[in-house]
Amino acid sequence: MIVADRKPLKELLEMVEDCDKVLILGCKGCVTVCNVGGSKEVGILALTLKIARKKEGRLLEVSEKTLERQCDPEYVDEVKDIVDGYDAVISMACGVGPQFLSERYPEKRILPAVDTTFFGGAVQHGIWEERCAGCGACGIHHFGGLCPIARCAKSLLNGPCGGSADGKCEISKDVDCIWDMIVTKKMKEGRLDELLMLRPPKVWTTARDGGPRKSVREELVQ
Amino acid sequence: MTDLKSGSNLEKVLKAGHFAFTGECGPPKGSNVEHLKKKAAPLKGVVDAVNVTDNQTAVVRMSSWAASTILLQEGVEPNFQMVCRDRNRLAMQSDILGVYAMGIRNMLCLSGDHQRFGNHPEAKNVYDLDSMQLISMVKKMRDEGQFLNGEEIDVPPKLFIGAASNPFADPFEFRVHRLAKKINAGADFIQTQCIYNMDKFREFMKMAVDMGLHEKCYILAGVTPMKSVGMAQYMAKMVPGMDVPESLVKRLRGAGKGKVAEEGIKFSLEQIEEFKEMEGLAGIHLMAIEWEHRVPEIAERAGVLPRPKV
Amino acid sequence: MRLSYPSNVKIIQLPCSGRVDILHLLKAIEDGADGVYVAGCLEGECHFLTGNLKAKKKVQYVKKILEEIGLEPERVEMFNLSSGQGPRFAEIATEMVERIKKLGPSPVKLEKAA
Repeated sequence: MIVADRKPLKELLEMVEDCDKVLILGCKGCVTVCNVGGSKEVGILALTLKIARKKEGRLLEVSEKTLERQCDPEYVDEVKDIVDGYDAVISMACGVGPQFLSERYPEKRILPAVDTTFFGGAVQHGIWEERCAGCGACGIHHFGGLCPIARCAKSLLNGPCGGSADGKCEISKDVDCIWDMIVTKKMKEGRLDELLMLRPPKVWTTARDGGPRKSVREELVQ
Repeated sequence: MTDLKSGSNLEKVLKAGHFAFTGECGPPKGSNVEHLKKKAAPLKGVVDAVNVTDNQTAVVRMSSWAASTILLQEGVEPNFQMVCRDRNRLAMQSDILGVYAMGIRNMLCLSGDHQRFGNHPEAKNVYDLDSMQLISMVKKMRDEGQFLNGEEIDVPPKLFIGAASNPFADPFEFRVHRLAKKINAGADFIQTQCIYNMDKFREFMKMAVDMGLHEKCYILAGVTPMKSVGMAQYMAKMVPGMDVPESLVKRLRGAGKGKVAEEGIKFSLEQIEEFKEMEGLAGIHLMAIEWEHRVPEIAERAGVLPRPKV
Repeated sequence: MRLSYPSNVKIIQLPCSGRVDILHLLKAIEDGADGVYVAGCLEGECHFLTGNLKAKKKVQYVKKILEEIGLEPERVEMFNLSSGQGPRFAEIATEMVERIKKLGPSPVKLEKAA
């Protein structure tokens, strides 16, 4: 899923500084699963903003709504009759949501409530980790099913750097050295030789480096 | 000597079978040319080549290629270092052509410390290529006269290609394979990480010799004299991939006030004596960090002077 | 056992402190409560195993939110006691009321905003 973190409240309060009436829009997709932008979090943010503004002696009117998804025009359409009534719309979806809203409602101020961080999953309740960098050309089968592009701090493709120690990355003891895991796995499998061949430079054209990307499925396009 | 790859002094020394002795010099944190010249002066004639670091520990300094050029003018042969952290393949290749055009003949290819440790942790890193791919690219440019994309190079850069090896990082069993991989990718010589754990290094070199790696490549053992107990403790705890045995820290501490630096040098000299005899080693890489002025003395006491004229 | 506790504490009964939600605590603050606390069972003695531990985390989270928006986190608290500890209940109520009195009324009041 796409993982995100809520923005600092100070930043959000600054964004709505000159607003009297805002709509907070949650999303039932990824951000609900990672507990950052679902209906529950919409409720918490609404109350928090109201408390903060009441404390300042300036009421903020806040409405709450959570859409099925914010990355589909049909769901984004659902608020077409109400957005006009607000000074701004705060999206709690990943970075895609506020942009779909901005494009659908060009006259409206759309504010992001979360910092979108990575493609990952929950390794335990309350802890998410990055797994994929969306490079556009998956090659994890070369690396024991583990991705060094996303998970090595230097995106190395030919083995661990000199900073790997006790299975941890040189940048932090909290980060696993993915190359340690890859090497250990290949050794156990008796396929270490696969790691001894030089992996050529990555072709980055399919990644963000090739410019903004688009995916077209002819069989679906009407 | 037409079969030389680069014709650098370091290559000639190694090829002639001499036990090589290289040094290191970090460029200044500024454009202070005099400071750089002053640091490099004691190394002249004392070492076969001087590594010029490339934003070492991710701290911004004068560019490695510019500092290398200044050393060259001073009559000191540079070993130009390049890390993968700060440049993409375009910048790398153009810098490689540039340094060769300026007369630089040795190049050390490194991944580079992550910027998190440096003075610009906010930076976006590059890592378009990794060190292995960089080695391979420099070899392709030199031997095939081609850019990475296969286009022909008008006057290819003839560089003596170096790489680093850290025998003390994990996973240990993979380290010698990684060394082999770098050699296969095109490394002509290897300089190791600073060695303090001699037992582990002996084990590593035995594996390398068993695999015949010393016959395909010149391996230089990394030596950094400890200047103080604090430095030893810092290296042990703070520098990733560094293995400083407690026994060494104890030995330095036992030397007593004012004598720790001398004890550190003594340890280095003992190491060098052993390295001279160790099978598979072709030389020493002395990284006297901010201690360049002590290198002549260390070299003298290590019995590696005078340096061969080749 | 007729124990007296401050009359300005309004009690909301729940089957387990684990039922307390971040939203409940925030709602109380938003409605103008000067303080709000959760009285849960002793740690390790939750009938539902971890209800009180979950409540503790939620209280911590609300404290963080209040701090972020410039309100005293001490206005929210978690206490643990067993159902048999009547005197302790009264003691906690008094302690919390004393604490809130020291902090003064909550600045989150409707009249101020009006």
